[in-house]
Amino acid sequence: MKPSLILRTSAAPILVMAVLYSLYILLRGHNSPGGGFIGGLIAGVGILFFAISRGRHDALRQLRVAPTTLCGTGVLLALASGVPALILGRGYLTHQWLFIPLGDGRLPIGTALLFDVGVYLTVIGTVCAIFLNLIRR
Amino acid sequence: MLPDILALPILLALASGIAAAMVPRRMSPALAALAAAIGCGLYAVLSWQADAQGWFGAFWGVPALGVAGGLRLDGLGGVFALLITGIGTLIFLYTGRYLQDDPRSRQLVTLLLLFMMAMLGAVTADDVILLFIFWELTSLASFFLVGYNHESLEARKAALQALLVTVAGGLALLAGLLLLVQAAGTTRLSGILAAREAILAAPTATAAMLLILLGCFTKSAQVPFHFWLPSAMAAPTPVSAYLHSATMVKLGIYVMARFSPLFAGEALWHLLLTGFGLATALTGTVLALRATDLKRILAYTTVAALGTLTLLLGIGSPLAIVAALTFLVVHAFYKAGLFLTAGIIDHATGLRDAGRLRGLGRAMPLTALGAGLAALSMAGLPPFLGFLAKELMYEAVTYAEYFRWGAAIGLFLVNAGTVAIAAVLSVRVFAGRAAPTPHTPHDPPAAMLAGPLALGLLSLAAALALPATATRWLEPAAAATLGRASGVEPALWHGFNTILWLSAATLLAGFSLYRIWPTLRPWLEARTAIDRYGATRGYDAALHGLTLLARASTEFFQHGSLRGYIRLLFGAAAAALLLPLVAGGGLAAPAFELAWWDIRYLAFAGLVIGAVAATRARTAFVAVMAVGLVGFATAVIFMLFGAPDVAFTQFSVETLMAVIIATTLARIPIPQSDTRRRGQKRVDAAIAIATGAGVSAILLSILAQPLDTRLSDWFGQYSLLAAQGHNVVNVILVDFRALDTLGEITVLAIAGFGVVALLRSGAARRGRMPASQQAAASVHVGPEPIIEERR
Repeated sequence: MKPSLILRTSAAPILVMAVLYSLYILLRGHNSPGGGFIGGLIAGVGILFFAISRGRHDALRQLRVAPTTLCGTGVLLALASGVPALILGRGYLTHQWLFIPLGDGRLPIGTALLFDVGVYLTVIGTVCAIFLNLIRR
Repeated sequence: MLPDILALPILLALASGIAAAMVPRRMSPALAALAAAIGCGLYAVLSWQADAQGWFGAFWGVPALGVAGGLRLDGLGGVFALLITGIGTLIFLYTGRYLQDDPRSRQLVTLLLLFMMAMLGAVTADDVILLFIFWELTSLASFFLVGYNHESLEARKAALQALLVTVAGGLALLAGLLLLVQAAGTTRLSGILAAREAILAAPTATAAMLLILLGCFTKSAQVPFHFWLPSAMAAPTPVSAYLHSATMVKLGIYVMARFSPLFAGEALWHLLLTGFGLATALTGTVLALRATDLKRILAYTTVAALGTLTLLLGIGSPLAIVAALTFLVVHAFYKAGLFLTAGIIDHATGLRDAGRLRGLGRAMPLTALGAGLAALSMAGLPPFLGFLAKELMYEAVTYAEYFRWGAAIGLFLVNAGTVAIAAVLSVRVFAGRAAPTPHTPHDPPAAMLAGPLALGLLSLAAALALPATATRWLEPAAAATLGRASGVEPALWHGFNTILWLSAATLLAGFSLYRIWPTLRPWLEARTAIDRYGATRGYDAALHGLTLLARASTEFFQHGSLRGYIRLLFGAAAAALLLPLVAGGGLAAPAFELAWWDIRYLAFAGLVIGAVAATRARTAFVAVMAVGLVGFATAVIFMLFGAPDVAFTQFSVETLMAVIIATTLARIPIPQSDTRRRGQKRVDAAIAIATGAGVSAILLSILAQPLDTRLSDWFGQYSLLAAQGHNVVNVILVDFRALDTLGEITVLAIAGFGVVALLRSGAARRGRMPASQQAAASVHVGPEPIIEERR
């Protein structure tokens, strides 16, 4: 059964929106509802939708890297985010922060974000790895 | 710190083991021999200088786990360490030539060095945990060494047999040691021996003793576990000489000697050791007289010797202990020597059959000399150390507390048999007219002769240097085994007394046995009942039973029916939830605050509608959609009751689940409609209701408890201050509990990899199979559980 024209046409914009929205959710996660887990799931839903309407092959091409690579990269990023604390003599995974002056306020940037990105990538990778292999013909 | 020098030989063995795998192949045995020789020299110096307490080095403790650690070299450990490194040196020299054409010889050398490391660790450990670890390492090393010729089925089976028997015993040993640790309050060996009263007063004392003995009996091949030792002769000859005669099988003897001061005086200890030792010694002797293969004969005499050692430890008098330690050294010397000559004969003639080998002495005089020296010590002729051992043995047995007459007669028979076999291995094989052999015999190179000759001369020299040998090495070892000085002064000459006559009678009986051996052996071999009711049969039966049990349990649990799995899982979950609640009386309901017109009831209505729809659905697809509705309603409830993060996640997960399940359903060949029979539906409904009721009951009961808000308060307070975040949930995930999250995403990634591997292997398998079989092989969801295709 071939997906409908509407579905196939809307696949790309929906993927873009889902990924952008997931990034927004990921970044705001520290202060409002969101974070790596939810962000990763939302991006995963977007890719799933794309894969259903345009096929596994196109979805893999849009991903550019193998889903399992995303998993590995995610775990490694999360692992690495704890290393600065070790170097500074703190406990592993004690997140470190930099405060960048920005206009009136300041922008806190920390290793926690790196950790959350790791979570995000792992979730996307796992969802895609499972699903894109399930629909393999 | 000087005492840490005790770690040096162990680390040296480890390091040279690694190095031996990398250096050119011809060099690795030499390197190994050098490492062993250095260790031997070190132990010689240390044991020469040691006082009664021995050397102690605090090394490798794990205080956090209550493991005291530490190495100690006392008289007992010193004798063992010297034997291990000394004989090891000769073995490595021998191995270099013996395996010079084998491309994998480096592997063997590395394994032998690692084995040496484990042995040294075991006999110098002053901590029972350390002792156990090294003990198990010797079993592992033995597994790989016996299975060295891994292309031979016999070798693989023998390796597995040795591993199963000794590791099963090792587990018993561990349990016994832990009981001792519990009673003594320390893992330190010297501490345990010092806490004798406390341990013997504890109710677990007998259990600990039995478990430790079980470990020792398997390792030292006591009846009924003796069968693994002759099978282990599938190993290359240097391995048999080293592990299965001189060192590893003595580890059980070592542990029994080690714990002798603890259990001495306990009637059961003496009874068991004497009884099993005697039985083992007699069994070994009879089986040795029955065999023709040189290595098998030697293996069975090793069993007999191990039985004799156990018997002597069981008698436990100072005289018996000195006799045991003397015999230990004597046996190590002559048995290693005879094994090495057996290897030389095998190499030179292509034969290992004692019945067919005759008159080799003319062609290989030096080998004959080595074998002759060893055989003289084995037969216990003066002035060899073997003579002393036999004299001490006879003297000790006359004071035995248990089975005195049995032990005396048994020991006499065992010694007579030993004399006969010593004669077979020397006189019969080397003297007389030469019989034809596949290859023309010749003496081997010096490196291979060094072992037998050096060991033969050593058993002579040790006896001639007697007062020194005894005071320097035997007496400290005996003192460590007894817990006090033995007061025995061994000497070769005792004058014309009963013991000497007994010795002479033994020689006479042994010689007569040797004369009738050519007719006795076939007669014994014809007694097939020995094979039929032997312990090997018991082992085979146990292994077969284990396979049957495994198959039955696999068929019961891994039947391949998805419905069966789900029934079992949910049934078990329901039982786990409901039974404790009902039995423990924890059922409770929280106070209810919602007014009846509250708009939020709509979300609950969605939940109920979804659940009912799922049970009424006619096709799987509709059921998935209905369950999805339940999930979304749950998400709405989360949102309405103030958990936006959880709600968010629930929405995404529900979407993903619905899509993934729908996709899967569309792709696997299952009937779209319900095929269950009425009765099955009833069972499933009961399980579903029980599970749902269980989850509800436990949630309600938890909510009925007062909520402990200390943690959530703390997180709320410090979320912004310590972690720069307003969203407490996310801060917990990425910061406060980051390590947990790291673990979770690792599990997630591994699960992803697992699914990919499974799906791909399934795809690969389907690619090879005709389409008609694909459906059957993939997943079966039918009315009856059908087991996945058998191979």
